[in-house]
Amino acid sequence: MGLEKIKKVSNNEILPLTISKQESRLYMSFIYVAIISLLIGGLMGLLQTLVRSNTITLPWGIGYYQILTLHGVVLALVLTTYFIIGFQFALMGKTVGISLKQRKVAWLSFWVMIVGTVMAAITILMGKASVLYTFYAPLKAHPVFYIGLALVIVGSWIAGFVNWHQLFVWKKKHPGEKSPLLAFMVAINMAMWFIASLGVAVAVLVQFIPWSLGYAETINVLVSRTLFWYFGHPLVYFWLLPAYMAWYAIIPKIIGGKIFSDSLARLSFILFLFFSIPVGFHHQLTEPGIDPVWKFIQVVLTFMVIIPSLMTAFSMFATFEITGRRKGFGGLFGWLKHLPWKDVRFLAPFIGMLAFIPGGAGGIINASHQMNAVVHNTIWVTGHFHLTVATTVILTFFGISYWLIPHLTGRKLTPQLNRLGIIQTIVWTVGMTIMSGAMHIQGLLGGPRRSAFSEYGGTEQASNWIGYQVAQAIGGSILFIGIILMLYIFIKLAFFAPKGIEEFPIAEEEEDAEPTPMFLENWKLWIAITLALILFAYTIPFVDIIQNSPPGSPPFSWPIGN
Amino acid sequence: MKMHRAEEIWLVISVGVLILSMVVTGYQAFAMDMAPPSHKETIDPQKVDQTAPFDNPGVFQTEEGKYEVVMTLQIFSFTPNKIEVPAGSEVTFTMTSKDVVHGFQIAGTNVNAMVMPGHIQKITQTFEEPGEYLILCNEYCGAGHQMMSTTITVK
Ligand code: HEM
Ligand SMILES: [Cu+2]
Ligand SMILES: [Cu+2]
Repeated sequence: MGLEKIKKVSNNEILPLTISKQESRLYMSFIYVAIISLLIGGLMGLLQTLVRSNTITLPWGIGYYQILTLHGVVLALVLTTYFIIGFQFALMGKTVGISLKQRKVAWLSFWVMIVGTVMAAITILMGKASVLYTFYAPLKAHPVFYIGLALVIVGSWIAGFVNWHQLFVWKKKHPGEKSPLLAFMVAINMAMWFIASLGVAVAVLVQFIPWSLGYAETINVLVSRTLFWYFGHPLVYFWLLPAYMAWYAIIPKIIGGKIFSDSLARLSFILFLFFSIPVGFHHQLTEPGIDPVWKFIQVVLTFMVIIPSLMTAFSMFATFEITGRRKGFGGLFGWLKHLPWKDVRFLAPFIGMLAFIPGGAGGIINASHQMNAVVHNTIWVTGHFHLTVATTVILTFFGISYWLIPHLTGRKLTPQLNRLGIIQTIVWTVGMTIMSGAMHIQGLLGGPRRSAFSEYGGTEQASNWIGYQVAQAIGGSILFIGIILMLYIFIKLAFFAPKGIEEFPIAEEEEDAEPTPMFLENWKLWIAITLALILFAYTIPFVDIIQNSPPGSPPFSWPIGN
Repeated sequence: MKMHRAEEIWLVISVGVLILSMVVTGYQAFAMDMAPPSHKETIDPQKVDQTAPFDNPGVFQTEEGKYEVVMTLQIFSFTPNKIEVPAGSEVTFTMTSKDVVHGFQIAGTNVNAMVMPGHIQKITQTFEEPGEYLILCNEYCGAGHQMMSTTITVK
C-alpha cells in the first residue's frame, strides 16, 4: 500500500513523465499522416518544377493547378498541422501528462481531421477544387472541399481544447508552481491558432459553404480575403512556434547545455501571441478597397513580430556559446567546435536556424510597402517560404522525428540511420538552396508565382526566366531524392530499427537561474491584450470595408474546368 | 526578469534599425505618395460593360505627356491589349475585373496591383525607357492563368 503510493507519486510527479504504449499510438497516428503527406506533396512539387521547366506535360488530363492545389493543401495545411498536433501532444504527455478521457477526446480530434482531410483530398483529386490552398473567391470549388477544410480546423480546435485542459489539470495539482516550459508554449501556440483560425472558419461557414451550395447568390470578395489573411499570417507562426519549442527547450539538451533563460523564452512566446495576428494586411498591400493608413499600421505591427525572433536568435547562439565555453572551448569562435555536428538531431534544426536568416530578411522585404511592389505575387515569394517553412520548419521537424519516432516506437536511432539523416539534411539543403535561390532571382526579374509553363507571347523578358525554371527543376529533383531518403529513414525508425530506449531530450534550467516571474502566467491578461490588439488593428478598416462594399460576386467554376 | 547585457545591446540596435526602416517606409508612403495601390471606388461586378468608364475601355491622352488606360481584366485577357505610349509619358491605369480576382504586373517596373471584382483599382507609372514591357496577370484566375499576358510598348 505504502509502496504503491510512492510509485504512484513517482509516476505522476517526476518529470519528464513516461509515455505509455496507448499514448504513443495516438501521437504516431498524427505523424503517419504527416509523412504520407510529405511523399504525396513532394511528388507534386517535383512535377510542378518539371512542368514549369517545360520538361514534361502532365498526362491523363491532370491539370497543373490541380497538382499545385494538392501540393499547397497537403504540405502547408495537412503535413504541418498533423505533425504539429502530434508533436505537441507528445510534449504535453511528457511534461504534464494525459488522462484516459483526454486521450479519447484527442482521438476524436484525429478522426474529425481525417474525415475533413479525406473530403478535401477527394474533391481535389476529382478536379473539382483546383482553387489552390488559398481558395480565393469568386473561384468556386465543390462545397465538399470547403466542408472538409472546416472539419480539419474543427478537429485541430479539439486538440487545442485537450492541450489546455491538460495544462489546467496539472496547474490544479501544482498550485503556485510555474507550468513546465514546453506545456506553456504549446498552450500559447494553440491559443494563437484558435483565435486566428476563427477568422477562416467564419469565412468558410458563413460565406463559402452557403454560396457554393447555392443558398447565397453572391459573395463579398474583399471580406473573404481579409478573413483569410487574418488567419493566413498567424498560420505561418503556427508552423514556426513548434520549431522554436524545439530550439528553446530541446536543442540545449542535445548539445549538453541548459536552457538559456526560461523567462525570456516565455516572454518571446507571449510576444508572438500578441503580434502574429493583427498583421494580415501585409498580404493585401496591393489590394483596392483597404485604407493605406491601416495597411501601414499593420505593417508596423508586423515589424514588432520580428522582435521575439531576434530574442530567439540571441538565445540560441548564447546557449551554444555558454555550453561550449563550459566545455572548455575558448576563443571568439572556438566554442563552435564543440557543437555535435555529427548528430543529426542537432544538425538538421541548426541548418533550419541558418535558413531563417535569409528567410527572415526576405520576410521583412515582403512586408515593406514599396519593396513589396517589386516582389508581390512573384515566384520570389515562393522562394521565400520554401526557405522559411520548407527549410527552417521542416528541417526542424525532421530533426525532431529522429528521436521522437524511435522514442514512441520503442526503437533506437542507430549510427547508420544517423549518418543517413545527415546525408538527408545535406541533400535537402543543397536542393533547397538551388530551387529557392533560383525562385528568388526569377521573382526579382518579374517571374510570377502560381504559373504553369508559359512563354508569355514570346517576349524577351519572359525568355530570361526559363533558365531559372530549369534550375528549379534541378533543385526540385534533388529535393525529391531527399524526400525518398526521409521516407526510408522514417520507415526504418518506425518499424525496423533495433528495439531500445531513445531519449526524449528536454533541457533543464541552470542551477542558479533567476526564478521565472509568476506574472508570465497571467493568461487572462495575455489573451485580453491579444484581443485588444486585434480589435485595434481590424475594427475600423473592417467596418470601412463592409460599409463600402460593392455588390457581391457570383460563383465561377468554369475557369477551373467545371 | 533580468536580461543579459549583450542581449540588451542586440535588441536595442536591431529594434533601432526596425524603427528607422518603419520611418522610411512611412515617409515614402505618405510624404512621397508611394503608398501601395489602394483605390477605394467600387462598381457592380456584373454590370462592368454598362458602367462608365469601363463601357469604353482604351488608351486616352488626358494632357500633354499624360495618359489614362481604362482597362477591364477578364478570364484570361486584358482589354485593351498591346498598348503603345510615347517614352516619358506618365500613364495611369484604371482597372476593374469582370469576373474573378486578377493581378496586374508590368515586368521590370514596380507596377503591381490586385484587380478585384467590385473594386476599381488605379496605379500610375512613368515610362522613361523605350522598349517592350510584359504585362501579366499574377493572381491565379483559372486553368489559363499562365496565358493571361499582353505588352505595353514604349516608343
Ligand atoms: C520536393 C520538395 C518540393 C518541391 C520540389 C517544391 C516545389 C514547389 C514549386 C515549384 C512551387 C511553385 C509552383 C508555382 O507557384 O507555380 C511550390 C509551391 C508551394 N510549396 Fe513547394 N516544393 C517542395 C516542398 C514543399 C514543402 C515541404 C512545403 C511546405 C511544408 C511546400 C509548400 C509550398 C506551398 C505552400 C506552395 C504554394 C502553393 C501555391 O502557391 O498555391 N513545398 N512548391
Ligand atoms: Cu504574413
Ligand atoms: Cu491570372
